[in-house]
Amino acid sequence: MSDTVKTSLLFLFVGVLILLEGSTNALFFSGSWNSALLILNMGLVSAIMALGVNLQWGFAGLFNVGIMGFVALGGLAVVLVSSAPTPGAWSQGGVGIIMALVMGAMTLVAAIAVFRMMEPGKLRSVVMIAVLAVGFVVYRAIFDPSVAGVEAIDPALAGNLGGLGLPVLLAWPAGGLLAAGAAWLIGKTALGLRSDYLAIATLGIAEIIIAVMKNEDWLSRGVKNVIGLPRPMPYEVDLQNDAEFVAKAADYGLDPVLASTLYVKLGYSLMFTVVLLVLLWMAQMALKSPWGRMMRAIRDNEVAAEAMGKNVTRRHLQIFVLGSAICGIAGAMMTTLDSQLTPGTYNPLRFTFLIWVMVIVGGSGNNFGSVLGGLLIWFLWIKVEPMGLLLIETITAGLSDGSAVKAHLLDSAAHMRLLTMGLILLLVLRFSPRGLLPER
Amino acid sequence: MSEPFLIGDAMTGGYGKGPDILHECTIAVNPGEIAVIVGPNGAGKSTAMKAVFGLLNVRSGAVRLDGEDITSLSPQDRVVKGMGFVPQTQNIFTSMTVEENLEMGGFIRTDDIRDTMEQVYDLFPILRDKRNQPAGELSGGQRQQVAVGRALMTKPKVLMLDEPTAGVSPIVMDELFDRIIEVSRTGLPILMVEQNAKQALEIADKGYVLVQGRNAYTGTGQELLADPEVRKSFLGG
Amino acid sequence: MDFLNALVAFVNFVGVPAIAYGSQLAIGALGVTLVYSVLRFSNFAHGDTMAFGTMITILVTWWLQSLGVSFGPLPTALLALPAGIAATMALMLFTDRTVYKFYRAQKAKPVVFVMVSLGVMFMMNGLVRFVIGPGDQRFADGERFLISARDFKAMTGLREGLAIKTTQGITVITAVIVVALLFWFLNKTRTGKSMRAYSDNEDLALLSGINPERVVMYTWLIVASLATIAGVLYGLDKSFKPFTYFQLLLPIFAAAIVGGLGSPIGAIAGGFIIAFSEVTITYAWKKVLTYVLPESLKPDGLVQLLSTDYKFAVSFTILVIVLLFKPTGLFKGKAV
Repeated sequence: MSDTVKTSLLFLFVGVLILLEGSTNALFFSGSWNSALLILNMGLVSAIMALGVNLQWGFAGLFNVGIMGFVALGGLAVVLVSSAPTPGAWSQGGVGIIMALVMGAMTLVAAIAVFRMMEPGKLRSVVMIAVLAVGFVVYRAIFDPSVAGVEAIDPALAGNLGGLGLPVLLAWPAGGLLAAGAAWLIGKTALGLRSDYLAIATLGIAEIIIAVMKNEDWLSRGVKNVIGLPRPMPYEVDLQNDAEFVAKAADYGLDPVLASTLYVKLGYSLMFTVVLLVLLWMAQMALKSPWGRMMRAIRDNEVAAEAMGKNVTRRHLQIFVLGSAICGIAGAMMTTLDSQLTPGTYNPLRFTFLIWVMVIVGGSGNNFGSVLGGLLIWFLWIKVEPMGLLLIETITAGLSDGSAVKAHLLDSAAHMRLLTMGLILLLVLRFSPRGLLPER
Repeated sequence: MSEPFLIGDAMTGGYGKGPDILHECTIAVNPGEIAVIVGPNGAGKSTAMKAVFGLLNVRSGAVRLDGEDITSLSPQDRVVKGMGFVPQTQNIFTSMTVEENLEMGGFIRTDDIRDTMEQVYDLFPILRDKRNQPAGELSGGQRQQVAVGRALMTKPKVLMLDEPTAGVSPIVMDELFDRIIEVSRTGLPILMVEQNAKQALEIADKGYVLVQGRNAYTGTGQELLADPEVRKSFLGG
Repeated sequence: MDFLNALVAFVNFVGVPAIAYGSQLAIGALGVTLVYSVLRFSNFAHGDTMAFGTMITILVTWWLQSLGVSFGPLPTALLALPAGIAATMALMLFTDRTVYKFYRAQKAKPVVFVMVSLGVMFMMNGLVRFVIGPGDQRFADGERFLISARDFKAMTGLREGLAIKTTQGITVITAVIVVALLFWFLNKTRTGKSMRAYSDNEDLALLSGINPERVVMYTWLIVASLATIAGVLYGLDKSFKPFTYFQLLLPIFAAAIVGGLGSPIGAIAGGFIIAFSEVTITYAWKKVLTYVLPESLKPDGLVQLLSTDYKFAVSFTILVIVLLFKPTGLFKGKAV
């Protein structure tokens, strides 16, 4: 079987799974087209994330476990770019917040300057600590009242700076840029350390990004969530009130409610597919370009590449920033799809490690593999729960209905997900370490 | 001539599935003897010793210890059979004390190892003074003593040293050679690979000059030192 | 008097909690550092190993409680601890057999091991949630306080109270015992020394006749005990929640790396450094400062440097600083 045939067959298989989800309610399928499209849409977003991670891992061997952070930054970008500005927020503290942040950054720069310029010794440490302490006090002195000012504005609905009110599609590249900026900062410090350390550093930074988004209410409303973000698709209610749309739906034999939900979801599917295809095309071009070959050469033998005069750390920084930017774009797309930002729901198991399962299962180093892994694993992630329930119902069929064991098992079926994902990851690593679609 | 105590007989082989590095190479040593393998860079000196110790694939030929064919044994099993091996680098546990190094050397023994440890301390008195110091903090020459001492802890029937004097100063080298002679006087056969051919052949009872994985010249140390061919090609005239 | 009050407030709100938390992190970091030095990879499943051991301990505690067994003033969980350790040991050996052994035989790269440990992490996490659910569990019973704030005030006549929870006392005592036992084992016993030898120089250890599989087995057994003890102590002191245990990975790794991965002493020092920094930086200093500073300088706000939600940021910042300036850690772990 040639590679192309295998790739096509596997994609066809995922396509059939999604079609079955929409068309039949046998076994664990739900028979709902809405559910099928929901899976497809999130699958596409996941595929984009997997593409970004594959760039870092498959091309360059960089072990990034901070995907969640970049995805969340993409989500934040949607709020900052597209939500309406909160009236009065800028005058009541927004400016102060920015000033405080600039002040904070300047403090760090000053401390680094002291470190670079002064002779090593006790004096240097004292001066550095003094700079940091004074800077911190000044920062807090400006920051705290400004934040209080912003958060006091209509706290039930706003209490944050709001955004620029720009079209939401602009938030997608903005999310990429935001993630890229963060990746650059992280890469500058952590790349060049051994692989385990990069992993731990990225794991940590992701947690911090989430902590910031959960706690800085002036920025993202924290755990109060930002809801009702603008969306690129019309609202279902509006469609249902649109006589023309209802008439068209009737032509297809669909009732207006179903038609409107499907219409909106299909719209997202199309948009996401376009983004995915563009990114996939770019990734493929990159893979085949001299740049991509050099990346893989570096991955396979860092020492040799360095000896040949390649600046390994610089190349790693490039690809780390690129890969993270793609994750940021995907994060922005996801928040747009949800039309809300809920910082409390970012969970590393779901947003970091699951993406890793996708990349490994799909085949690290193969862009098509990542896309396939993204779609397939997302389908499983959603469907393992009903599958588990089915399984447990079968197993416990003999037990009486009131039995505590049965009740507990049925309740716990929801947690089959992690178990299954772990098992899939281990099985693939063991028996097919190059994944479904191996690197060529 | 009766069979030598340890012999690598007509060994041919290389690392893993790689090309052959040794060709019909024969190395042997008897009790009370010091046998030295010398030769130009890349001649397969260390490889020949590693072949005797089982660290590479011997495709034809055999290794026999005390008449027993051990060609198919793993290095660990050869240690049990009585072969002591001192690698060229990374031959001590740097984070552990001198005494712990010796203790680990005698790990496979189930009997009391204290006597052997005392013998090692008698042989290398400096180690007795530094017994509680981490071996990684010792000087190059002292580390080599620890390495040899560690290998002696198993009470081996034959001791193999891979370039014991690599990277130490000439004074330390002389001292190390003195110690090796002392060890050899206890009757322990010693097989040694050496970079410093001249000095090594001076203390050698038997010398093997290898060229490109083959035996080029074989004889007593004195014979080889006297041989004009050997002098010209390897000993710098 | 004010100074004494300030001191007591400081010890009560910073000193005692940080020592307890530091002990828990230290035992956790010891487990990570042991896996790193013997098996040579960063074990991402460590937090979930802790969760598993704690879960078994909780289940056995519940069972004992249902039988009416109690440990007097001490938490029943201490009686259940050996069962938790035994179960975790069994799980670790099983995991090693079915998962890690294969990659050891292949001499796989460390990053592959890390990836595999991610899979193990997922499975253990799922297993724990499957059995006990994702919710919060409190399982501490027995006497709540060694010294309660009220008793302390009555005893000393100070305005500030000093409370020491039983669980905090137990944590520290257990930590001291565990660390002493571990160091005795590593430095005095033959098996312990062979573990150190294997971690120091694998090839030479093989030449010396040290059986790697045995070393690995002992390592997992010890790691299982350490993880369970750390997890149970943390759970007694605070509460048990599978996700919290997963998140403990970060401060634990930070502690191990700050101290120097592979160095047991470093892991302990790192644990306390991380714990003290976290508690100090997220503590609201108003109370202490009110006693110490003159009337005119009294702080208005809470004088909290960072909100408690940023405690990860603290461990992470320390981690980055150490990595940048001293990548091998404070106590010279294994060379990078």
